[in-house]
Amino acid sequence: MRPITARRRHPAAGYAVVLLGLMLAGLSYAAITDGSASATAHSVTGQAQISEGRTIFLQECSSCHGLYAQGTPGVAPSLIGVGAAAVDFQVSTGRMPAKEPVAEQPRKPVALKPQQIHALAAYIASLGGGPPIPSSADVSQVGANAGVGQQLFVADCAQCHNFVGAGGALTYGKYAPPLTKSTPRQIFEAMLTGPEAMPVFNNTTITPQQKRDIIAYVTQTRAEPNPGGFSLGRVGPVTEGLVTFLGLLLFMVLAALWITAKHGKAHD
Amino acid sequence: MTDSTAGPQPGDNEPTGDLFSDLSAHASGAGDEPAETRHRVIGTPPPAEARSLLKTPPPGAPGGPPVPRQRELPADPDDPVSAKRAERVVVACFLIATLAGLGFIAAYLIFQVHSVTNVLHSNLALGSTMGLAFLALAVGAVIWVRRLMPTVELTELRKPLRSSPEDRAAFAETFEEGAEASQFTKRPMVRRALIAATVPVALAPIVLLRDLGPLPGTKLDHTVWRKGMRLLNYGANTPIRPADFSSPGGMITVVPDGFQDDFNALAKAAVIIIKFAPNVIEFSARPEPGKVVQNWTVDNIVAYSKICTHVGCPAALYEHTTHHILCPCHQSTFDAARGAQVIFGPATRALPQLPMTVDAQGYLVARHDFIEPVGPSFWERGPS
Repeated sequence: MRPITARRRHPAAGYAVVLLGLMLAGLSYAAITDGSASATAHSVTGQAQISEGRTIFLQECSSCHGLYAQGTPGVAPSLIGVGAAAVDFQVSTGRMPAKEPVAEQPRKPVALKPQQIHALAAYIASLGGGPPIPSSADVSQVGANAGVGQQLFVADCAQCHNFVGAGGALTYGKYAPPLTKSTPRQIFEAMLTGPEAMPVFNNTTITPQQKRDIIAYVTQTRAEPNPGGFSLGRVGPVTEGLVTFLGLLLFMVLAALWITAKHGKAHD
Repeated sequence: MTDSTAGPQPGDNEPTGDLFSDLSAHASGAGDEPAETRHRVIGTPPPAEARSLLKTPPPGAPGGPPVPRQRELPADPDDPVSAKRAERVVVACFLIATLAGLGFIAAYLIFQVHSVTNVLHSNLALGSTMGLAFLALAVGAVIWVRRLMPTVELTELRKPLRSSPEDRAAFAETFEEGAEASQFTKRPMVRRALIAATVPVALAPIVLLRDLGPLPGTKLDHTVWRKGMRLLNYGANTPIRPADFSSPGGMITVVPDGFQDDFNALAKAAVIIIKFAPNVIEFSARPEPGKVVQNWTVDNIVAYSKICTHVGCPAALYEHTTHHILCPCHQSTFDAARGAQVIFGPATRALPQLPMTVDAQGYLVARHDFIEPVGPSFWERGPS
């Protein structure tokens, strides 16, 4: 008989199985929540760039968005008029090209090089305007006021993205993604273009300076310390208390099992 | 050996002097020694007869205690080797608890608390040492109980609760004597004054209930929105032109001009405005369910109360692709293109629409207040 089979009735076997299960759950969660990306470069226009972008579009995008970016009903939206900023946001965060049509495209490693993204953006912009990719000066954090940014974020962003940008759930599998890995340019582009279900905050509603203030709040909040040691989505001590409570509850159950166990009594 | 009641003298039939010595003395038939010379384990109560004021009848007599029985508990664990091992573990646990307790005192002295970081370290050290001390004590106690103490079921017979007739008569007599001696029955002025003194004290908490008021009156029926009041972009606190709020799919929170810092007013008056593409909104000329009042919109911009009609959370999770407004608290969902009618969740009424127009300078202003109370239902609001 193999040793593991022989010991399955050991008094400690039950505890070992519970602990093993918990560890597996924790490790698999940690394994599926990783990934990073970023890409920035200058925006250049020109016929050569547009034709390069057209080539990339036909290879990477046209199967869903159509040969002329006109979109496919029920699958992919039309890209005419969405602008270079929308393309840069979607591709530089790795959301596009998409692997499959899902309710919410997740952030994933970037598939294209920065100059390819800019060529693609130039091609989409050539089809019908739309907001351009914000410049480095547009997203500069010099002189940004995180206090004003917090007021604006709480008024218009926190309902979906959580008050420290941890993200949250929407309907039918859609969700507001966490802002923990977004670059200042990506946050600016998201406000400007309203990706997926997100509302649009154009530059005459939320001015570029106010956008820089919001970006300052989002990025500076990431550096805040986590007194509990784990951030748990930065949703505050309630969650940490709940996790501690559940962990200690499990400990108490195991302790109660041990105290009343039949094995190893002095006088049976 | 100066204390004659201290216990057995050398040479007595008490080789160990342990917890079970009384019982082993009884069991061996040598239990005729007087009660005063018995061992008492430190911390346990004295024998029952030593505390009783009444004379106890001799064992076996009617009303007296039962005759001492044969021993109920075994003297020692079955397996001495295992018991010895358990003893060592228990001692180790208690030693750990001792060291952790000393560590707590040391941590208190070592970690000073003059900055936030130091407080963190101090809390961690104090908490972990105290936790370890309690845990080690508990583990040691449990192992002691499980491995060294006997596990035996005992049956204890119930006695009648009613006191004897003599005791009852004696109590009644004592009570009457006391009442008489206290002058309570003889001096009615004192008695009545005492009763009068208790009445206001008992009424005082009832008077405090007044602080729950005053009644809200009609305050819940309307908000601070008035004719011509500008809609301010909340946070920036700037007025809004329809030409600026021009991108379809846009949504922002707005507040009434002059009340941007009045949180009591904003609790009811917060509003979201949503910009639609043409031909998406279902309009009607007059207020009706599932429709947007066309006169109250400007250039496909609609204003709704931000206060959920369920329990008043800020309902402002707006998906521009589906034009759904979600409430984050209980997932009530409203269709912004159809008069914010409820399409999911526990809310029962649509979000009220704020009537809007533009003023002479071209800024968005309110036409007048909401035509119905905003937010959750309340008693005086009536049905629907």
